[in-house]
Amino acid sequence: MSVEISANENRESTQKVGARRPRRIGRFVLPTYSWLVIAYLVFPIAIMIVYGFNRVIGGLQLVSFSWNGFTDEWYRQWSNVPGLTTAFWLSIRIALVSTLIATALGTALALALVRYRAAKFRGRVAIEQVLFLNIAAPEIVMGAGLLGFFVTFNIARGFLTLVLAHVMFSIAYVTVTVRARLSGFDRSLEEASYDLGAKPLATFRLVTLPIIMPGVLAGALMAFALSIDDFVTSNFVSGSNPPFPVWVYGATRVGIPPQVFVFGTAIFMVGIGFALMSIVLSRKKT
Amino acid sequence: MDQSVSTDHPRSVEKQHHSSSWGKKLAPYLLSLPASVWLLLLFIVPLASLLIESLETCSPVTGACVMTWSWGQLPSQVSLYHQQFITSLIFAGIATVIDLAISFPIAYWIAFYGGRRKNFFLIMLLVPFFVSFIIRTIVWEFILSQNGVVLTFLRGAHVISPNFHVLGTSAAVIAGLAYNYLPFTALPLYVAIERIDRRVLDAAYDLYANRRNAFLRVILPLTIPGIFAAFLLTFIPAFGDYVNQEILGGTSNTMIGTVIQDSYLVNFNYPAGASLSVILLAVSLVGIWLYARLLGSRTIEDYL
Repeated sequence: MSVEISANENRESTQKVGARRPRRIGRFVLPTYSWLVIAYLVFPIAIMIVYGFNRVIGGLQLVSFSWNGFTDEWYRQWSNVPGLTTAFWLSIRIALVSTLIATALGTALALALVRYRAAKFRGRVAIEQVLFLNIAAPEIVMGAGLLGFFVTFNIARGFLTLVLAHVMFSIAYVTVTVRARLSGFDRSLEEASYDLGAKPLATFRLVTLPIIMPGVLAGALMAFALSIDDFVTSNFVSGSNPPFPVWVYGATRVGIPPQVFVFGTAIFMVGIGFALMSIVLSRKKT
Repeated sequence: MDQSVSTDHPRSVEKQHHSSSWGKKLAPYLLSLPASVWLLLLFIVPLASLLIESLETCSPVTGACVMTWSWGQLPSQVSLYHQQFITSLIFAGIATVIDLAISFPIAYWIAFYGGRRKNFFLIMLLVPFFVSFIIRTIVWEFILSQNGVVLTFLRGAHVISPNFHVLGTSAAVIAGLAYNYLPFTALPLYVAIERIDRRVLDAAYDLYANRRNAFLRVILPLTIPGIFAAFLLTFIPAFGDYVNQEILGGTSNTMIGTVIQDSYLVNFNYPAGASLSVILLAVSLVGIWLYARLLGSRTIEDYL
């Protein structure tokens, strides 16, 4: 809304100055361009969804990019590729467990970072720098480091190492997301709770947590999305049972079963559903 | 986990309690302990151990590695794979510049003209992230393939010759990188532009700036931190990326990520992989350090 106000004021000042081109760029060129960019971003996703319905001719059930006619076969036989289904459920389990851990650890860290200045919290600056480094460091280096680490300490690669790794790269994102929410937190609400005789645990559960909940949920969603989509680190630290992205990557050498697009479409739909829901919810509040 | 959060809560200790001062003093440490230990053990230690690993020598027969302090490993790997490093720098650099050019106008439009639909447009920018990175890249492989949608259409329109191909070329790799990392560029730019105080812009117009000057001398300088953040968040992952190159590229344009992955997972030559990772990390750290130095390490959070 402030945008419109400033735009009007600009027009007034335009009149003061005299002849100036109308703001055509904002009305026509930019929107057209922006919609083209959005189309470019959506295009491969549309292709993925459409080709999940493509018939396969020939012996091997692999996706081909000539259009052979419509079929819902792959949706009916979504679980027909054993390795793929196993990989998918493994990814879901890893994402759930690592989201739970990363959200708890990240939220606690965010509370510590927001509420204590460096004087009362030695090592705070170091933690901040580690978080920054964790977000900015190239993933392949983290994956390579972890692999060497696990091999050195003889930790068998599998579910455990995947969860350890996924929590590691999710914590920083959860902390940042929760911290953004906490910065506007009114501490007097907690004090009021204590004044009214609430115990610390009750205060946290009944006052603090409900207030920071949107931030915690946003952080958890982020951790889940990071985990379920992670390929680079997972490729280094997974054992003989690969998670979904690693399985798909391995399949590119021999060919992709169409069910990959079914799973891809399902993940996309759930993700976009959550995103749109969050928009609707935030609209209702304002 | 929630339990530890609640019991160590900073306000958890009432003033009349004996433990009050102790609880208060320990609270930040107890709250940050689990996450710090996790990051120390699984982030800092593995990164540091890369350096150690790069000095080891492994027996090609048994695969056992011993510390031999072979400092020559790093330079020899550089001379062996400098071409792949250069390729990675160039590909990531071009892709990042393309992304900055593509996303600046749309970020500007959403920030200034998005109105009530801002959130919707932001989600449209993020849309690629809702599909697996690997699947996105595979779909591009199909789109750009010889009998894919784009080339079939262009051949039909006689724009390109029948044996024109995109897959396997450097252009395909750069295009894939640019697509996959575009949201990393667009979001920081949007945040930076959105933050510009509109009154500053009005002031510029009141002082008779034309639109060109207002853009070049007000908007652009104010978005520089965002541009830097966008550059960092796009360039570093693109620099270490190997998926786009492996799926969309050929054998002549190998990037350093591919070499690292193969050292570890194909050739099981950990010291070589570790040396290359250390160099990759060092190059990234230069950018990270510059950013932290110029803009402060916390500011990157604003752009996530």
